[in-house]
Amino acid sequence: MKTTEVIVAFILTLSLMSFPSLGFQSDELLVDDEEFGLEGAPQPRSPEPIPTRSQPVTTPTRKRHSDLDSDSKIQFSLDHAFGDSDFSPAGTFSARLKTWSHGGQTLTKLRFSRNSFTDGEKEKFKNLLESDDFYRIRLPSNVLSPPGRDFIFSSVKARCLPREGLDEHFVIHMEGINVLAVNYGSPGSCPYPRNLKLPAKWSFNSHTVLKNSEQAPRAPIFTEEILGGENGEGEVVLPPERSFWAKYWMYLIPLGLIVMNAITQAMNLPEEQATGQVPAQGQPSGGAVQRGPSSAVRRR
Amino acid sequence: MAIRSFLFLPLLFFSSLNPILSLYEDQVGLMDWHQQYIGKVKQAVFHTQKTGRKRVVVSTEENVIASLDLRHGEIFWRHVLATNDVIDGIDIAIGKYVITLSSGGSILRAWNLPDGQMVWESSLQGPKHSKSLLLVPTNLKVDKDNVVIVFTNGRLHAVSSNDGEVLWKKDFEAESLDDQQVIQPPGSDLVYVVGFAASSQFEMYQINARNGELLKHESAAFSGGFLGEVSLVSSETLVALDSTGSILLTISFHNGKISFQRTPISNLVEDSLGPAVITPSSVTGIFSLKVNAITVFIRVIGEGKLEVLEKTNHKTAVSDALSISEGKQAFALIQHAGSEIRLTVKTADDWDGNLLKESIKMDQQRGLVHKVFINNYIRTDRSYGFRVLIVMEDHSLLLLQQGEIVWSREDGLASIVDVTTSELPVEKDGVSVAKVEHNLFEWLKGHMLKLKGTLMLASPEDMVAIQSMRLKSSEKSKMTRDHNGFRKLLIVLTRAGKLFALHTGDGRIVWSHLLQSLHKPQVCQHLIGLNLYQWQVPHHHAMDENPSVLVVGRCGPSLDAPGVLSFVDTYTGKELSSLSLVHSVAQVIPLPYTDSTEQRLHLLIDADQRAHLYPKTPEAIGIFQREFSNIYWYSVEDDNGIIKGHALKSKCTCEVADEFCFDSRELWSVVFPSESEKIIATVTRKLNEVVHTQAKVIADQDVMYKYLSRNLLFVATVAPKASGEIGSVTPEESWFVAYLIDTVTGRILHRVTHHGSQGPVHAVFSENWVVYHYFNLRAHRYEMSVIEIYDQSRADDKDVWKLVLGKHNLTSPISSYSRPEVITKSQSYFFTHSLKAIAVTSTAKGITSKQLLIGTIGDQVLALDKRFLDPRRSVNPTQAEKEEGIIPLTDSLPIIPQSYVTHAFRVEGLQGIVTVPAKLESTTLVFAHGVDLFFTQLAPSRTYDSLTEDFSYALLLITIAALVAAIFVTWILSERKELQEKWR
Repeated sequence: MKTTEVIVAFILTLSLMSFPSLGFQSDELLVDDEEFGLEGAPQPRSPEPIPTRSQPVTTPTRKRHSDLDSDSKIQFSLDHAFGDSDFSPAGTFSARLKTWSHGGQTLTKLRFSRNSFTDGEKEKFKNLLESDDFYRIRLPSNVLSPPGRDFIFSSVKARCLPREGLDEHFVIHMEGINVLAVNYGSPGSCPYPRNLKLPAKWSFNSHTVLKNSEQAPRAPIFTEEILGGENGEGEVVLPPERSFWAKYWMYLIPLGLIVMNAITQAMNLPEEQATGQVPAQGQPSGGAVQRGPSSAVRRR
Repeated sequence: MAIRSFLFLPLLFFSSLNPILSLYEDQVGLMDWHQQYIGKVKQAVFHTQKTGRKRVVVSTEENVIASLDLRHGEIFWRHVLATNDVIDGIDIAIGKYVITLSSGGSILRAWNLPDGQMVWESSLQGPKHSKSLLLVPTNLKVDKDNVVIVFTNGRLHAVSSNDGEVLWKKDFEAESLDDQQVIQPPGSDLVYVVGFAASSQFEMYQINARNGELLKHESAAFSGGFLGEVSLVSSETLVALDSTGSILLTISFHNGKISFQRTPISNLVEDSLGPAVITPSSVTGIFSLKVNAITVFIRVIGEGKLEVLEKTNHKTAVSDALSISEGKQAFALIQHAGSEIRLTVKTADDWDGNLLKESIKMDQQRGLVHKVFINNYIRTDRSYGFRVLIVMEDHSLLLLQQGEIVWSREDGLASIVDVTTSELPVEKDGVSVAKVEHNLFEWLKGHMLKLKGTLMLASPEDMVAIQSMRLKSSEKSKMTRDHNGFRKLLIVLTRAGKLFALHTGDGRIVWSHLLQSLHKPQVCQHLIGLNLYQWQVPHHHAMDENPSVLVVGRCGPSLDAPGVLSFVDTYTGKELSSLSLVHSVAQVIPLPYTDSTEQRLHLLIDADQRAHLYPKTPEAIGIFQREFSNIYWYSVEDDNGIIKGHALKSKCTCEVADEFCFDSRELWSVVFPSESEKIIATVTRKLNEVVHTQAKVIADQDVMYKYLSRNLLFVATVAPKASGEIGSVTPEESWFVAYLIDTVTGRILHRVTHHGSQGPVHAVFSENWVVYHYFNLRAHRYEMSVIEIYDQSRADDKDVWKLVLGKHNLTSPISSYSRPEVITKSQSYFFTHSLKAIAVTSTAKGITSKQLLIGTIGDQVLALDKRFLDPRRSVNPTQAEKEEGIIPLTDSLPIIPQSYVTHAFRVEGLQGIVTVPAKLESTTLVFAHGVDLFFTQLAPSRTYDSLTEDFSYALLLITIAALVAAIFVTWILSERKELQEKWR
C-alpha cells in the first residue's frame, strides 16, 4: 500500500512539475520540426518510473522565435466522436502561420486547448471503456479553409487513454497548410490485453507535435574523396588494436592444452619409471613363460 | 549474445568472401528452364513462295511479331515490341518483307522474312487520330517501286516497300472522316477510301494510286446513322448497319455513284431481338451477321438483293478469303458441335459444295474457336489441300491439317496474371521391387560415370552421357514431394481465365483447366481482374486431402460489378465448386486463420466496404468471431489520394439476413493534398514471409531490434506534374515522397522527401526494410534507396541481467496502439538500369541472407545482394564492421555480369518475379514471367546446408572402402612387425 502511495505521489509531483497549469492544458510544445523529427521522442513518456532513454521533460518556455513579423494567427478545431456517434467539437488548435519568402506557408507554435468533457461525454466515454470501443477524432485536411478536401480521421481504443488522467498524444503531419495525417494515441505504451481502468481525473493531458517531411539523404557522390580517403583508411586500421589474447586465443588454447598434456606426461613419466619397475621386471618373466614353448618349437 | 556473435562472425565472413554466385556452362538447364511464347494471335499471314511456304508470320496481343514453323510450331524468329507499340496490322510485301504497322499507325516497319532483321522503319505522322489501315496491293507499282498503302492519323500514305520512303501523301484533315476501308480493286491504278463523316454521311474518295491525286469525291447522307463495323462484299459494295442495329444497309459505289439499299434484319431473321453485329470478313459476295446467338450467312446478289445462305446457332468462326485460282476464293468455317469441331472449306460462289469437310476432336479445356486463318498447299496427288490455323478461347494456337491437330502452342502462358504454388502429393508406400532394382542399376551406372568424370578418366562420349543424364534426371520431374522442397507445382492463371499447373522440375504442363463456370455468358460477360489465392493447404491431412486454390474474378470493368469465385483442386485440376456472388469484390484478404479442414478464411471486401466471410460455414464464423475486434484493413483510393483504415463493426444491416456479412467503419484516413502529391505505388510485406530473428547484431557487439510489423505499408507519392514521363518536368517542380504507414492506426512512422526525383517507383518490402527505385532528375540517373526501421522500445532488452531476472518485455504482446519508438536509417545509391520488376528472395526460415531480384529493362533478372543496400555502409568501415560484412560505401550499386540469374536467356516482356521458399533453408525458387517463362533455383549464400548435385557419392564410398582396406592392411602389417619384434 505504502509503496503505491509513494508512487502516486511521485507521479503527481512529476506531472505537476512538467505541467504547471492543470485544467485544460494548452500544453505548448515547441515544435521545431527538424529538431523533433530527428529526436523522435522528445515527449515525456508515460509517467511510470520506468528507466528509459527518453529525453528529459521539455519545459514549455524553451525557445522562442524572434522574427514573428510575417506571421498570422490561425485556429482550427478538433472534433471527436464516441464509437459510432457523430462528431462534436472537442478543442481548438491555434498556431502561427508563417509565410516564407519563397511563397511556402508553414505552421509553427502550435497550441492546443481542450474542452473538458461534459457529463454526457463522460458517460459516453465510460461506455467506450467498458466495451473496449474506439474513441475517434478528426481534423480538417486544410487549416486555412476547413475542412479542405476531406476530414482526417484517427481513432484509438478508448482504454489506451486513461492513466491518472487522460493522456493523449497528437502527431500532426503537415505539408504546408495541409494536414496529411494525424497520429493519435496514448503517449506511452498500451499493452494488449487492455484492462478496464477508469481515469482518476477527467482532464486531458495533451501533447502535440507538428511534423513536416524530412529531406532524404543524397546519394553519396565520390570524386576526389576516394583519394583523400587513403589517409583516413590508414587511421581507421589503428583502432582495432586488440589485446594479444583477443587476437591469438585460438592458438593459445590448443598450445596451453598441449603444454599441459606434456607436463602431465612428464609428471607421469618418472612415476611410471618408478612404478613401472614391477611390470618391467614381470615382463621378462611373462615373456619367459611365453618364450618357453616357442623356444621349444625353435629347438625342434 | 557475445557467444552468439562469435558464432555468427565466421559465417558472415565466409559468406562475404563469395558475393558472386554464378553458374558454370555445364550447369545451365540443370535447375532452370526457359519457355518461349508469343501470346494470343491477332493476325496471321501465310507465306506462299518457295522457302517461306513452311512458315507463317503472326502478330499477337502481346505485341509480338513472330515467324513460326508450320510443321512443328516452333519459333523461327520473334520480336517483342514495347507495350505501347501495339501492332495494328501485318502483311507481306514483295515476297520477302513482313510489313507491320504499329503504335496507333505511326510506325511502319519492314522485317526481312527469313531471319527477322529489320530492313527499314518509317514514322508516319498525321494531323489527327484515326483508325489505321494497312493495305499491301499485290502488283501496284509507282516508278518500279512496290507500294504499301497506309491510312493513318487522317492521312493516306503510299510508302515504297523497298526502302520505306513515303512516295506521296494525301490529307483528309478538312473532312472529319471516320475511315472504314481502303480498297484497291485489283488490276487498276485506283485507290478508294470510304468512311463515314458526321455519323450519318457516307464518303467515298477515289484516288490515283500513282501520285495521290484526288480523282473523285462523292458523299451521300443516310438519316439513320451508322454503327460499328462494315464488311466489304466486293470491291464496290459494302454492307453496314444503321445506328439502331436493326436495318442492314448495302452500299454500292459503282462508278462513283453511291446508292443505299435497306433491308430490315427482321426480314432475314424472324426472331431477331437484340441488335445485330457484322463479323468482318473478306469473302467476296458473302458476309455474316450475329443476331443474339445466331449466326447468319448472307449472300449479296447484285444491286443489293440479299439471300440467306445458312442460319446456325452453333458457335462459328470464319476465316478470311484465300484465292486459290483465277477468280476463285475459298474460306474456312469452323463450327462447334459438342466435343468436336467441324471444319468446312467452301468456295465463295458455291455455298453447298464443300471443298473439305472434317471433324476434329477438341479438348474441352480450350474453349471456343476465336479466329481461323486458312492456307492451301498442293497435295502429293496435285490436288489442293487446306490447313487452318485456329486461335482458341484460351489463347492457344493450333494447326489443323488432314483432320488432325498437327501441333498446338499454349500461348495463353504469355499473359500470366497471377501465380501461386502448391506442394506435390506425398510419396505413398508400395514401390515395386523391379523399379528399385532398375533404379539401383541406373544409379550405380550413373555414379560410375560421374566418378570417371571426377577422376578425369571419362572419354568425350562419357562426358556427353553425364551431361545428358544430369539434364534428364528423372528425379527432378517426379510427381511427388521431395525432401528438399524443390519440386512443386506452379499454379498460374492467365488472362484468358485458364489455370495451368507447371512442374518446377522441367516446366511441363501437368494439367490445365479453363474456368468454364466463369466463362458462361449467363454468369459473366466480361471476366476481368482475376486473382489467385491459396484456399486450402493441408499439412495435417496431407495424405488424404488435396490442396486447392481460389480464383476470384469480376464480371465487368466497373468496381461494383458482381464477383465470381471458383475453387480448383491443385493435384487434379478439377473444379471443386464455383460461386457467382451477389456482391462485388474490391479486395480479398486472406486471414491468418484456418478451420479444421485447413481451409483458409478469406474476407472479401465489396465496393461498399462491407466484409464477406468465406467459407460460409458455422465453424468459420466461430473462428472469426473470436478475432473479430483484431481485424483491420486499409484501402487505397489512388485517384483521390486517400488511404483509409477500416475495422469491422457489426453484422450487416442489409435487408437480406446474412450472417457472413459484416459492416465496417473507418478508423483513420490519410489525405494527400491533391495539388502536391499523387499516389503512384503502394507496397506491403508478403503475408507469408518468415523472419528468423528480430535482433540484429551490429559491429560493436551491440544489438538492434528490427521493427517487424506485418501492418506496414510503403506509399510513394509524386508531384502531380511529375507523374508523366521522365524529363517532362524540371527538377524544381518535381519531388517524390516515401511514407511508411502503420495500417492499423494510420500512424505515419516515417516520411521522407526526395526533391528533384520522379517515378516510376518500384519498391520491395521485406522484414524491416524497404528498397525503392526512382529517377533522380538532378543527377540524371536512376537511384535506389533503402529505409530500415528499428524498434527502440526494445533497446533496453539488451541487458542480460533483466533477461535472467525475468524483467524483460520480450514475451509481452505487441500492440499497435502503443506509441512506437522507431528509428530509421536510410541511404541512397545510384543504379544504372531502369526496372521492370523487383522482388526479394525468400527462404523457409529466413536465416539465409537476402538478395534483391531486379527485372532489368533488358528483360533479364539480376541478383543483387541486400548488403549492397545497407544504410550503415560507410566510406571506411572499421575492422569490426568489415567482419560483420559491411561493404565500403560507393556511390553506385555494382552490376556484376555473373550475377544475372537468367544467365544467357531473356524473359521477353518481363512482368513479374515470384520467389517461393524451398524446404532447404539455403535455397529459394524463382519464377519470372512475361511473354516468356523462366524458372530457377537460387542459393543467396550458397548451398551451405546440402551437398551439391554433382557431389560424387561413389568417390566418397570408394575413399571409405580404400581407407578401411588401408586400415586392415596396416593392421596386418603392424601385427606382423610386432611379431617379428617379439621374435627378436
